[in-house]
Amino acid sequence: MEALLQEFDTLLLYVFAGLSLAGAIAMLVLQHPMRVAMALVATMIWLGAIYGLVGVHFIAAFQILIYVSAVMVFIIYVIMLLDVRDMAYTRRYAGLLIPGAIAAVVFFGVLAATLWRTVEVPLTTTAAFGIGQFAVDFLQQYWLQFEVTSVLLVAAVVAAIAVVKAGGKDHG
Amino acid sequence: MDKLQLLLLLALALFAIGLLGVVIRRNLLVMLMCMELMLNAANLSLVTLARQTDTSAGAVLVFLVFVVAAAEIAIAIPIVLLLVRRRHTLDADAYADLKG
Repeated sequence: MEALLQEFDTLLLYVFAGLSLAGAIAMLVLQHPMRVAMALVATMIWLGAIYGLVGVHFIAAFQILIYVSAVMVFIIYVIMLLDVRDMAYTRRYAGLLIPGAIAAVVFFGVLAATLWRTVEVPLTTTAAFGIGQFAVDFLQQYWLQFEVTSVLLVAAVVAAIAVVKAGGKDHG
Repeated sequence: MDKLQLLLLLALALFAIGLLGVVIRRNLLVMLMCMELMLNAANLSLVTLARQTDTSAGAVLVFLVFVVAAAEIAIAIPIVLLLVRRRHTLDADAYADLKG
């Protein structure tokens, strides 16, 4: 029974990996930004499923909460706000299509070959990684990074307001 | 191929696709979304390696990447809106002024 469950886990992992890869490829091929956004949302949800499967449940939850519901909703609002008859919506690729594709394939090939040769420790643990342990480590060992994060967020908010103000001044 | 190699290969593939998207697509918003895909790929590799070593440092880094992504999008979207207001297009080729 235990072995059967393990097999089922592996099968699900392959399915989710394939689906997220398919979503990412759809992002390259689809034309309208709204469809690209939907493909990205699908990819992020499947990645969240993978996180749940390898046992980091709280990161799966944050993936859905922060990426899918905050960041992507923001992007979708902007897509709805902008003009659909723009040239950028009808012409899909820039001039660097073929060199870019070759460079991406070479990049992937080199890193994959390196990965193939170096990593030998298998991923065995699938026990849940609890949020309790994470919280203790986060607030005791990494509290400085946590505080710096809040500074970063404040800086981002101030920068966003400054950008909007500067742009408003130019055009009255 | 065991799970670790599968997940790291997936992260690699997603990163390469995101990079390709930033280079070849011409819509500014699509380029932005491809950058988000690259951040997601980095997150996946961090989570995988954190699981392999069974430490929480990787999870903390993923958390920080979430914050950075939120801050990035909060700044990038107003910039895109300002660019569109100036040139009335999302086409990245319209902003080739700095090209030598």
